[in-house]
Amino acid sequence: MTAKLDTLAQHLNDRLAELIVTQRTALGELTVEVAVSDYLDLLAVLRDDPDFAFDQLIDLCGVDYSTYRNGVWSGNRFAVVCHLQSIEHNWRLRVRCFAADDAFPVVPSITGLWTVADWFEREAFDLFGIIFPGHEDLRRILTDYGFIGHPLRKDFPVSGHVEMRYDPTQQRVIYQPVSIEPREITPRIVREEKYGTPGHG
Amino acid sequence: MAELRNFTINFGPQHPAAHGVLRLVLELDGEVVERADPHIGLLHRATEKLAEHRTWLQSVPYMDRLDYVSMMCNEHAYCMAIEKLLGIEPPLRALYIRTMFDEITRILNHLLNIGTHALDVGAMTMVLYTFREREDLIDAYEAVSGARMHAAYYRPGGVYRDLPERMPQYRESKWKDASTVKALNASRSGSLLDYLDDFVTRFPKLIDEYETLLTENRIWKQRLVGIGVVTAERARALGFSGPMLRGSGVAWDLRKKQPYAAYDRVDFDIPVGAEGDSYDRYLVRMEEMRQSNRIIRQCIDWLRANPGPVMTDNAKVAPPSREAMKSNMEELIHHFKLFTEGMHVPEGEAYAAVEHPKGEFGIYLVSDGANKPYRMKIRAPGFVHLSAIDEMTRGHMIADVVTLIGSQDIVFGEIDR
Repeated sequence: MTAKLDTLAQHLNDRLAELIVTQRTALGELTVEVAVSDYLDLLAVLRDDPDFAFDQLIDLCGVDYSTYRNGVWSGNRFAVVCHLQSIEHNWRLRVRCFAADDAFPVVPSITGLWTVADWFEREAFDLFGIIFPGHEDLRRILTDYGFIGHPLRKDFPVSGHVEMRYDPTQQRVIYQPVSIEPREITPRIVREEKYGTPGHG
Repeated sequence: MAELRNFTINFGPQHPAAHGVLRLVLELDGEVVERADPHIGLLHRATEKLAEHRTWLQSVPYMDRLDYVSMMCNEHAYCMAIEKLLGIEPPLRALYIRTMFDEITRILNHLLNIGTHALDVGAMTMVLYTFREREDLIDAYEAVSGARMHAAYYRPGGVYRDLPERMPQYRESKWKDASTVKALNASRSGSLLDYLDDFVTRFPKLIDEYETLLTENRIWKQRLVGIGVVTAERARALGFSGPMLRGSGVAWDLRKKQPYAAYDRVDFDIPVGAEGDSYDRYLVRMEEMRQSNRIIRQCIDWLRANPGPVMTDNAKVAPPSREAMKSNMEELIHHFKLFTEGMHVPEGEAYAAVEHPKGEFGIYLVSDGANKPYRMKIRAPGFVHLSAIDEMTRGHMIADVVTLIGSQDIVFGEIDR
């Protein structure tokens, strides 16, 4: 598997170096990062070129990096991560693309390349608020009709903003602000460097 | 002359053939479907958001509740992703146990699928037969984990405990007399492996039984043959995997192509369809059950001959034994830290995929070194397959929509997450 990955890395280096920002192999997986402007071009080559032949888009998802390592992240906030797979060559590749504007993240749609991207992009739009120009039907997909906000953003509380109940006086279901207190049973801990090594306080 | 009218109808979300809470808005021209627009999310539980607020171990039971008919396969992908980040390898015996239970899960899933699919299409009897065998396998789940469905048996680093030496027994009661109980307990006198051995010996005959009911059944064939044909090329573009892809003639199986657990050590074949229609997908699933049976048989033989540990000995990942914990300060501290703060997973990202009964089930994890995942993405095969239902139903009759939902093996736990 590693030999194959090296071949793929070599191909990427030789052919597409000018489109790729960074390229890195870790844990037996190859990740490339691409700028928004080159995103479509890179993926089109990866799909159509017989050297790569990534005929399947396995997954596409958004990531919000704003609280990474408890808030030391300095780059752009939103990224779109695609997982590609080639049935012919039996290899996988991860492509990451950071959206340029944190307040209005935009990444071009790849529904023209892989039909399957349709729902994945709707999901990323629904959960992260990433806009995909070129997508024909960018509706919410998982959240409720009339939902407000993007629930997988890090600043969205896990309890949400509204709760739903039946109101006997109005005889209908109503929305109201949440009444549950936010609580955290196990705090999130990122250990400092050298934690647990001898001589460390 | 009759007046023709176009309709837009709402299929579900509480339709018995919708396999859960699928709301399908169908635009019809007479009885022919022109467009199908699935509205999903009615079972959305924000598993991905919750996982960001739970320790790594606490999310294992959530995995069971994704695809709630193939519980252990979901856990498998999650545990594999964590193990990849941690850089640990579970002991070989744990890998064999996982392989065996993955295949038990595959049979469980396909039995449910074929039973309910036949029920939707009009063959009432099938579900009674398949649920009879599901009961036997669910008993194996219960024996090993204590839970009939939501097992939480796979853990990062191995499996929770070794296979039991004794099966639970039926007892005499007002409703069951001594002879009934004796018959029920006949296969349960030995260990779990003996019990499964008895099952895999019986099972091929039972599959033949299902085949006599369905495979050459005229009504079944009329409802399935030529319905929802997907070419190999479209199946790839639509991101299909598992039986949906193999039904279209692509010999692709992660167990063979990117082996994990002990799949490179067992012998089995991949069935492939020819036409890419619903009937081929049914045939593929039937043959997969026979192959799963073969794999379980090989795992039983190996597990009988090779005792050993089933959990990694890395104390930062696996809990210590109860005995050691009660006599040893170090172990007590490890236990306390593991179940309060939880394990820490090194910074990085990993994607792990398993050949789930429905297709490729993947977990993408981003860790920033904390005791909780930074981001978890669940790649559910059903989500991808359902997104293609519009293309698959176009031009078919409204009754075929039911066939296609069954043929796609839709379960809402994983689609809505």
